[in-house]
Amino acid sequence: MAAVDFNQQAVAFASGANNNDLFKSLNEQGLNKFKALPFPTRKTEDWKYTSLFALTKNDYNQSIQSSDLSGLESLYEIAGLNANRLVFVNGVFKAEASSIEFQAGVVISSFLTADSNIKSDISNQVGKLAESDRNLFTALNNAQVNDGVFIKVDKNVQVDKPIHIVNVTTAQAKTATAFARCYIELAQHANATVIEQFVSSNEEQNVLLNQTTEAVIGDGAKLNHYRLNSEHESSLHFGGVYVNLNRDSQFESYQVLLGGQIKRLDILVNHNVGGRHCEMKGVYLPKHDQHVDIHSYIEHKAPNCTTSEVYRGIMADQSKAVFNGRIHIHPDAQKTFAELSNKNLLLSDKATINTKPELEIYADDVRCAHGATVAQLDEKAKFYLRSRGISAKQADIMLSFGFINELLDSIPLDALRIKMRPLMAEQFTSNKELTKHLLHEDEAGL
Amino acid sequence: MLSIKNLQAKVEEKDILKGLSLDIKPGEIHAIMGPNGAGKSTLGNVLSGREGYEVTGGTVSFDGKNILEMNAEERAREGLFLAFQYPVEIPGVSNLEFLKASVDAIREHRGEEAMSSVEFLKLAREKCKLVNLDQSFLKRGVNEGFSCGEKKRNEIMQMMLLEPKLCILDETDSGLDIDALQVVAEGVNSQRDPNRSFIIVTHYQRLLDYIVPDFVHVLADGKIVKSGGKELALELEEKGYSWIEGEEA
Repeated sequence: MAAVDFNQQAVAFASGANNNDLFKSLNEQGLNKFKALPFPTRKTEDWKYTSLFALTKNDYNQSIQSSDLSGLESLYEIAGLNANRLVFVNGVFKAEASSIEFQAGVVISSFLTADSNIKSDISNQVGKLAESDRNLFTALNNAQVNDGVFIKVDKNVQVDKPIHIVNVTTAQAKTATAFARCYIELAQHANATVIEQFVSSNEEQNVLLNQTTEAVIGDGAKLNHYRLNSEHESSLHFGGVYVNLNRDSQFESYQVLLGGQIKRLDILVNHNVGGRHCEMKGVYLPKHDQHVDIHSYIEHKAPNCTTSEVYRGIMADQSKAVFNGRIHIHPDAQKTFAELSNKNLLLSDKATINTKPELEIYADDVRCAHGATVAQLDEKAKFYLRSRGISAKQADIMLSFGFINELLDSIPLDALRIKMRPLMAEQFTSNKELTKHLLHEDEAGL
Repeated sequence: MLSIKNLQAKVEEKDILKGLSLDIKPGEIHAIMGPNGAGKSTLGNVLSGREGYEVTGGTVSFDGKNILEMNAEERAREGLFLAFQYPVEIPGVSNLEFLKASVDAIREHRGEEAMSSVEFLKLAREKCKLVNLDQSFLKRGVNEGFSCGEKKRNEIMQMMLLEPKLCILDETDSGLDIDALQVVAEGVNSQRDPNRSFIIVTHYQRLLDYIVPDFVHVLADGKIVKSGGKELALELEEKGYSWIEGEEA
């Protein structure tokens, strides 16, 4: 098959899109930015280890044909999670599967179904943070944004229930791109938990999901943010998360990424004003031929801010992962405390990790640490387990799971933690006998 | 119960055990003492099936079975237990889940029914009490951040849960203060049984004040060079290992 010109087709697709009027100027601006960006190659620094060749084999710049949800509900059920829920299938909002509880001082809505008095807010705010200057996919998302989630929380309001945003992708008659978007704004001392979940029907996927999230966290406010990617291994996912932190605010993020054909997540956090804390924890688990790429950019532009980043990955089979964590301390960011840790486990000789923790420091009174490790399973630990009657195979699984369980264990939302533990353990084996030692927290009475 | 005949083993091309023989009957406690580098820890590792220890000669029969043909987990399931000199820390694997997996594997091998999580938790809590470990240790990672004494007590607790036929205690007394030593010794003594045997590997006679052996053997240069009753340990303490080595020469 002849190679297709991704950029050319993307421009044609965006120009011909029949989107709503809310984002007329953003669409236009995004398209212009996109036109100025070249298609990344291996020579593009940010894409050095992630090939986008797959995007030139087929034409993904085509619209979604169907967005049927029936029979897929079980994909995103999280037992015991009492949440506001918004479900999108291939970027199309499914009101019938969504439920939002009214709460004074809280707006949670899809863009298109929003009340008319909110629409101007949506039109004005969405796109404020999503930097499209360097990210091709964000530019394209801006060019094509049509529907998505808008969350706005007033001063001093704590959102009662977590907000569970589900993005489902399903196979189409022909390759296509679905666009998804989320905008979160927390006013002073507001507090919310947002779970962005990405799932797909259990079949070969041919939809590229292009998703962008923006979060503005007001003075003293706190956002707990989860991002869970567990789509089919053939999936294509390009995600961007843009966060602005204001005075004394907090951003606490947990990301769990199972592998896909290409799964790429860019996270940019800006410390613009002093006194904020950013905490990010992430786990990535590619296997088979899967590929996962996480790029994080933390910009410390103001004094007295802290960042703690802990990422762990386990690569099995021929899979590949990329971790690029950059912390940039600008000259004014005195008294910054920043630490970044990335630990990796390779389960096979053919698995690959490219990790690059980067610290760029232009202030002199800061405390910063960064480090990355790549290792294999610890033979001493394995012998210890085997000497207690545990089979070699089960010992491998216990140790692999243990490697990420330290991060999973720190997930504060009980329902999510209880859901994630077995889901993660299943990544290492489909044999339930080998994971039966994982005790259900309630059952064990712990 | 255990019959070791002319055992020879090497590690990284270096001969360590050079014809060791030992017979242990059910219910007996054998202490093995000896200078550094004599092969004491190697014996425990070879018996428990650690990879990297190559047996080059001799036989080991445990309950009539040739354990040298078994891998580490099979030996454990047959009832062999090694209490480690340096128990490994395994963050991320909870002590409780580790213990459950271990007990599950061993019960399955014995043809016993699996315990429910609730039953198991109850049992594990009881055993914690016996070795004076707070039950919060069950939720922590295996040996993670445990003090030396806590690690050794955790080993003894595992021994209690697994109910092995033969326990090898590899320098369990090293790094223990007198109180921890007593707790460990009490734990071991409570497990004495006409059907359970012990090999206690130690440098010092002190542990044997608390766990009284039936036999004491001196291991030097990969062989047992002298055997005797418990009084041999006292004599060693007094005269040092050079006494034996001198006698041999």
